[in-house]
Amino acid sequence: MTFNFAKNAGRILGYAGAVLTLSATTALADWPEKAVTLVVPWSAGGGTDATARAVAEGLEARFGQPFNVVNRTGGGGLVGHTAIVQGKPDGYTLGVITIESAMYALQGLPGVTPEDFTYIGRFNADPIAVNVRADAPYDDVQGLVEAVKSDPSALAASGANRGGLSHLAWVGLLSAVDIDPAQINWVASDGSAPALQQLASGAIEVVSTSPAEARALVEAGEAKTLALISGERSSLYPDLPTTDESFGIEWSPLPFRGLAGPKDMPADVTEKVSIALKEITEDPEFLEMMSSRGFSVAYQDAATFSQTVHTAGSSLGVAMKAAGLGQ
Amino acid sequence: MMSFEVLMQALGNVMQLGVLTAIFLGASYGLFVGALPGLTATMATALLVPVTFYLDPLPAVALIVSSTAMAITAGDIPGALLRIPGTPASAAYTDEAYAMTRKGKASEVLSLGFFFSAIGGLVGAMVLLITGPLLARVSLNFSSFEFFWLACLGLLTCALVSSSTPAKGGVSLTLGLLVSTVGLDITTGQPRFTFGSVELFGGISFIPVMIGMFAVSEVLRGFSGRAEVIPHPPKGEVYHPYRGMFSLVKRYPLSILRGTSLGAAIGALPGVGGDLAAWIAYGVSRRFSRTPEKFGTGHPEGLIEATSSNNSGLSSAWIPALVFGIPGDAVTAIAVGVLFMKGVAPGPRLFVENPSMPTAIILCFFLANLLLFPLGYIAIKAARHVLSVPRAVIVPMILVCCFIGSFAVNNTMFGVWTMLIAGVIGYVMERNQYPIAPVILGLVLGPVLERNFIMSMQISHGDLLGFFERPVSAVLGLIVCSIVILTLVRSLMRKPKLTIPEVVASDISLPTKGSSK
Repeated sequence: MTFNFAKNAGRILGYAGAVLTLSATTALADWPEKAVTLVVPWSAGGGTDATARAVAEGLEARFGQPFNVVNRTGGGGLVGHTAIVQGKPDGYTLGVITIESAMYALQGLPGVTPEDFTYIGRFNADPIAVNVRADAPYDDVQGLVEAVKSDPSALAASGANRGGLSHLAWVGLLSAVDIDPAQINWVASDGSAPALQQLASGAIEVVSTSPAEARALVEAGEAKTLALISGERSSLYPDLPTTDESFGIEWSPLPFRGLAGPKDMPADVTEKVSIALKEITEDPEFLEMMSSRGFSVAYQDAATFSQTVHTAGSSLGVAMKAAGLGQ
Repeated sequence: MMSFEVLMQALGNVMQLGVLTAIFLGASYGLFVGALPGLTATMATALLVPVTFYLDPLPAVALIVSSTAMAITAGDIPGALLRIPGTPASAAYTDEAYAMTRKGKASEVLSLGFFFSAIGGLVGAMVLLITGPLLARVSLNFSSFEFFWLACLGLLTCALVSSSTPAKGGVSLTLGLLVSTVGLDITTGQPRFTFGSVELFGGISFIPVMIGMFAVSEVLRGFSGRAEVIPHPPKGEVYHPYRGMFSLVKRYPLSILRGTSLGAAIGALPGVGGDLAAWIAYGVSRRFSRTPEKFGTGHPEGLIEATSSNNSGLSSAWIPALVFGIPGDAVTAIAVGVLFMKGVAPGPRLFVENPSMPTAIILCFFLANLLLFPLGYIAIKAARHVLSVPRAVIVPMILVCCFIGSFAVNNTMFGVWTMLIAGVIGYVMERNQYPIAPVILGLVLGPVLERNFIMSMQISHGDLLGFFERPVSAVLGLIVCSIVILTLVRSLMRKPKLTIPEVVASDISLPTKGSSK
């Protein structure tokens, strides 16, 4: 049987819509009638895992079904993000996604693009900060940038893999103040812990990572945090200046954590979870847990979150091109 | 360093019913999880995280401390009885322990494991109590240059010292190193040897490989009729746990001293410490032993040194985590997370403002290691029943545990397939007398070696002399280079006993024309 696509498109869409609505209504009536899997693309014990478990606990209390946190790690989060994308869009496979989800496609890695998710809501966003050794000869970020300007390859910086968010944040900052990113010396590390170890041992000069992770070293008098690479000051670190105010630029690469599911999830399930997530982010117990670990709470609803991810994707794409990594 | 007052205050905090209960429950739980073949200490800790939500800071940490100390030690039980190592560290001496079991000395090898682990743990905790913050400061001076040399040292001791056939050990090690390159490369963010499979992007985890190579290959050997039958414990005879341990203490005091101090020193280095200590300790023990030829045949000397270094390294891994918030392994990363969540931020301020807290944590280690004696006693008593189970029953049970363990690594069937394939490869390797333990070390140290090499090269702008510019790095580098050169010189000086048989051209199968396309 052959048929004209254009002629029948409306009808097909109608059927598809009916099927979707049907599945949506069943979901509305019953969801969740069994345990929900919450995929976390990062390892147990890390920040994403801890916040995910707190969110899962809140969802469990609100929906009366277990929300099982499953860590699917590896490949810089790609394995877990792929697991979320490839889940059945029935509301029983959800996941906590991070900004990396918007970066894989830019790096030329297959399987995950910002279009592959149903966005539910964001619950956390923390800026990256510029950290240097405590005995470094500059007291503010302007001094550091001047030093980089005079000899871009002399200062080694680290914080993540090449093309990781830490790297892009640093590259984006430098290219915004007219330093050729191709000349800077980025030392690829496996996350912030080894980078901070390198900083403390005096092997490198700059680490770009969240102020929460550098906190212990700063308190030990081994390191100092100069500024946040962000557009607005953080309520947790009100004294830290931002690079936007220091240089009059606009560069705000905000790492986030949010709930999402596979593409084409029933809209009512998404809405239910989104509302529950909003309630959780207003729960005093959750707020206390987040602030004790140095994480800020920053809720966004499904539509805004989706927009945030897409915007982040395009602006990071620009930074990647600047770093010579764009595909 | 630690005032008497603080010590008393910490002791008072630990001697609370809640904390003591947490230590006891954590230890029992750790014993159970660790003794199950295929389940690791890291997994035991991760499963505890949700429980800690409901506890006060000290009981929460006490729970983690005691369960890991116990799980790592109990992981030696399946290692000794069934040849399934519990951690990459215990893979260093699993073969030795299993060899003792095959000689009918199951009770002795288990007693030895628990006894010397406990001794190592107790001494390690003492060392920490005295030198903790100092040790942390020293460990903070290690950069990628030093870590690179340390990784080299670990690989060398494994290939040249621990193995009776260095060449074959080297081949196994290289295989492990090569497999470790699979996955996303952190430097360029590019996938290597992934063949488009998303699962392979995450690389090949050493846990399913370890389970497969040791346990599954052993099961396969059983089917092929090549397995040596483990002697059943004689009926009616009662096991006497810890019998003869004090005479071992008297015979090998130097091994205990070296093992514990090596463990405490290497364990404090974030990132490489925990996994390396036992390998280096085993290698050092063999090198300085009066009877190195007995190693690998079920000889207690190396076991004593390696197992005591394992537990003493365990507690010192907490020091950089507590003082500078730099976790060295998965377990301490989880613990740092739990501490943060409890409002106890790791950092030097913790030592100044609330010094009884870190002291209390070290005391928890002390108590957990003391608990190893009684709980180990029960475990050893129970273990004889494992050996009396008929093979037809135990083999399927081993396989079920292997499946669960490798599935649980990342909750996918991919881990199970990895385990099965590794099992077949392990079987083939062992039939041809290639040791399998070096594969595991290669797999664990491969990323450490590569990352630190690349980081160092990026820092020094590609100048290899950068590896000798920092003082500690230069010393370590000289040690590594001299071991390599001495070994080479020695093998060149030695007159070859056998002339190498001439290679006959027909032995080499050349690809025929047209077959390659």
